[in-house]
Amino acid sequence: MSDSTAIAHGEHATPDHGHEAHPAYLRHHFENVEQQADAAGFAMWLFLLTEVMFFGGLFTAYLIYRNWYYPAFVAASHQLSIPLGGFNTLLLITSSFTMAMGVWCAETRRKSGLVLCLVLTFILGLGFLGVKTVEYGEKIEKHHVPGFHYSVQSFVNPDSDAESKAAGDKPLALDMARHTEVYFSLYFAMTGMHALHMIIGIAILGFMIVRAQAGAYTTGHVTFVENFGLYWHFVDIVWIFLFPLLYLISRHS
Amino acid sequence: MTDQKEMEAASHHVVSPVIYIVIFLALLVGTALTVWASYVDLGIFNPILAIAIACGKATLVVLFFMHVKYSSKLTKLTVFAGLFTFLTLVGMTLADYMSRAWGRW
Repeated sequence: MSDSTAIAHGEHATPDHGHEAHPAYLRHHFENVEQQADAAGFAMWLFLLTEVMFFGGLFTAYLIYRNWYYPAFVAASHQLSIPLGGFNTLLLITSSFTMAMGVWCAETRRKSGLVLCLVLTFILGLGFLGVKTVEYGEKIEKHHVPGFHYSVQSFVNPDSDAESKAAGDKPLALDMARHTEVYFSLYFAMTGMHALHMIIGIAILGFMIVRAQAGAYTTGHVTFVENFGLYWHFVDIVWIFLFPLLYLISRHS
Repeated sequence: MTDQKEMEAASHHVVSPVIYIVIFLALLVGTALTVWASYVDLGIFNPILAIAIACGKATLVVLFFMHVKYSSKLTKLTVFAGLFTFLTLVGMTLADYMSRAWGRW
């Protein structure tokens, strides 16, 4: 960790060097390392913008339906557990922090630090999915998954349901209660897409841990770690908006 | 040692761990704040406050964890253009849906 030789400059890009000695990771169609890194970062951001538009569509649908079927959305959101959602927010924010530290370790060529950060991010990501599984399990048990087996029982008769009772919900008319299914459709679509992004991220993390142990990202070429960091932080941002919108905003109204 | 670090910072914009820790703590405070606020009945301001805090947290992540504050103008412009397009699309969609039944409630 503390070996200062690891920080020493290798053949770091000075643009003047031109086509003489250049680091092995510089592709020939780039002028220099900085241009290569800029191009990769720009491309990563363009990809993230398409992701913003994708999740943005889901968020917009949520806002519109919440506006239309407001009582159903309020009652349905009371089914979610704020402690579980809050704990997951904690896990995800911490994983973003460990990822940021991982990028720093790669930049300053701390190999064991990088591996540690990636492993922590990996574990925190898995922890998030574990909590999500518990939450999904509860929804399945209570027949709150949209489809043939969906039940409006908790909403037409709130006293029969622990969560609805605790929130002091009033019974909904059947036609409004049926619209809670729209809430859960959006809930599963949004958290499901988010979880899919987490699963993809965790898979890439596993790959990166192996590569990092072989010393792949601590030679000065940090583009892969850096761009994966951007992806991971983006997934964190999506959750930063999902958590208040799905769990929090209807708690007391 | 310090010189080397400064050189790294100049060419690669290495963000120091101190900043990461400060931002991490700020995000934790934001999370605690938004959970606490959800239990207080603020009427119409509940969603507004929750979204405002979420926007603040997201801004911190984008600027510092994602290094946009230290990035090239191209990156900054890209992020801003994306945000602008996103808000325009959402704004226009919502304006359409909200005004369809205007006066017919």
